[in-house]
Amino acid sequence: MSDFLSTTLPKFAQIFTSIAIFFAVLLFLFGIAGRVNGRAQRPLAIALFFGPAAILLIFGLVSPAIQTILYSFKDADGLAYIGFDNYTWMFQDENIHTVLINTVLWVIITPIVTTAIGLTLAVLLDRMKHESLPKSLIFMPMAISFVGASIIWRFVYDYAKEGYPQTGLLTNLTRLIGKEPHNWMLENPLNSLLLMVIFVWVQTGFAMVILSAAIKAVPSDIVEASALDGASGMKLFRNITFPMVRSTFTVVLATNVVGALKLFDIVQTMTGGNFGTNVLANEMYAQIFVQFNQGRGSALAVALFLLVAPILIYNIVHLRRERQH
Amino acid sequence: MALRLSQPTPGRKIFSSRFASIVVTIITIIWTVPTLGLFISSFRTGEDIYATGWWHVFVEPKFTLENYDKVFFGGASESLSDGILPYFINSVVITIPAVIFPLVIATMAAYCLAWIRFRGSDFLFFFIFALQVVPLQMSLVPILQLFTSGVHIGSVQVIPALGVAGKFAGIWLPHTMFALPLAIYLLHNFIASLPRELMEAAHVDGANHFKIFRMIVLPLSIPAIAAFAIFQFLWVWNDLLVALTFASGTQEIAPINVKLASLVGQYGSDWTSLTAGAFITIALPLVVFFSLQRYFVRGLLAGSVK
Repeated sequence: MSDFLSTTLPKFAQIFTSIAIFFAVLLFLFGIAGRVNGRAQRPLAIALFFGPAAILLIFGLVSPAIQTILYSFKDADGLAYIGFDNYTWMFQDENIHTVLINTVLWVIITPIVTTAIGLTLAVLLDRMKHESLPKSLIFMPMAISFVGASIIWRFVYDYAKEGYPQTGLLTNLTRLIGKEPHNWMLENPLNSLLLMVIFVWVQTGFAMVILSAAIKAVPSDIVEASALDGASGMKLFRNITFPMVRSTFTVVLATNVVGALKLFDIVQTMTGGNFGTNVLANEMYAQIFVQFNQGRGSALAVALFLLVAPILIYNIVHLRRERQH
Repeated sequence: MALRLSQPTPGRKIFSSRFASIVVTIITIIWTVPTLGLFISSFRTGEDIYATGWWHVFVEPKFTLENYDKVFFGGASESLSDGILPYFINSVVITIPAVIFPLVIATMAAYCLAWIRFRGSDFLFFFIFALQVVPLQMSLVPILQLFTSGVHIGSVQVIPALGVAGKFAGIWLPHTMFALPLAIYLLHNFIASLPRELMEAAHVDGANHFKIFRMIVLPLSIPAIAAFAIFQFLWVWNDLLVALTFASGTQEIAPINVKLASLVGQYGSDWTSLTAGAFITIALPLVVFFSLQRYFVRGLLAGSVK
């Protein structure tokens, strides 16, 4: 126990001193800059307020993005330029074909399923009196890490060797309809779909909460007016509710598309990318940190960026339009 | 009229209320059962876990704290000889500064972009918003190089090696960098909507930007800051990619999530330590989440719906 304390206390001391130093430096700079009057004050304020963020963003995101693009044209060690070789490798290697196909499937299937279930729940919850308990429970997986979620679902998908008792929930449920026990994680493409279930499970709460807020914001006089005109059921939803939450719907869909593109943790924990379940973000990590091929890994990262870019452009156009209002 | 208001408006009846309740209840059960199964299993003995499904406890209730005891105090397996507690501590040590640093820096930048404004500040705002989509994966290697060998232009050393690799600072820094785009965007939305008269009155009274920031902007932004703090807490605590890259797997600095992931890799079916380990890992985020859910939702909404 004293051993535990002797390693733990210095760690907490580190939190304490680093935060203290951080605020001391800030207060010191603010104090000095606050005394400067006249024309120097404005530029000084800009430098102090925006400078730290600018430096961190330049070294953390801007310059790394540029460097990665350069690396994608270099060899494994990042020394010599080799033109488009990494990109031709990407399009010719069969493993990467699987990776790309899987990524495309992830990007198409998971956002649609997630948003559809989220929207259904949001509409149904709008009709219920006691909505907070189901809402909390469905939203709960958002607080759980993908690693934690993967373990929870690994347990559901668990398979024991023949001759041992089967304790996995999925195996026992499928037995009820007369199926023999399977090792779910080995069967392609079923295993990919089972991994997608985890993503949907985590993300649906997000879609539900956002869409639910949007539906509640639809002015009730509009709904009532169209109800007086005889609209009800699906017709009301199609003609009134959905058009009014469409922009929110698109935002949720786009967020999930980006999430599915960058997905890494679930595949890493569930299968390590084996058995035909690999995706872009995981393969990229494997190329750089397992194969030590920086060039190929960087090319995959650039591919990832190019796939996200259209969504980014859409979002910026959307944001600009909003800000002009 | 009062009577009409107290009843559900007829037009809202897209589905009947009973149908809605049934469907929602079914989905809620499907969503809860996987977590419940693992939670129940974490209190069962190893023999029971492998012999019968967890639903067996409803027939024959039998519980033990053995798994938690092993995972907390060691002896679960060789790689966990000191227990999981040191990793839990590491997660706390990583998370607290990795929430505070980006929040302060982002609030300052958001104030600058919203109220000091300068040529190009609008462009910068869009540019920072756009940075949200740079995949983290693109930044990992360049940042690692910054830590270990600094920045060179040609053969001239411009910035020396930071020497933070393998230390807590080496995880705080990337987390701070990666959090900034979203944080600045969200906080800017909030801070820009503060009343203009307030700022002008303060300027007339002779307050400078530093004073306004400390006395007006910071206190008024607390709700937005709190919302993002929860967001960032969950993100850092649950992160795997950044931690895998910048913290080695050692007991010195590796967070609990990395340890948990490695337990899966090595002992795929050692459910006694995995069930308890998973619950120790997700306990804190769940507590934070359930107690502060309202603020968290507010933060989510600010980010997605305008």
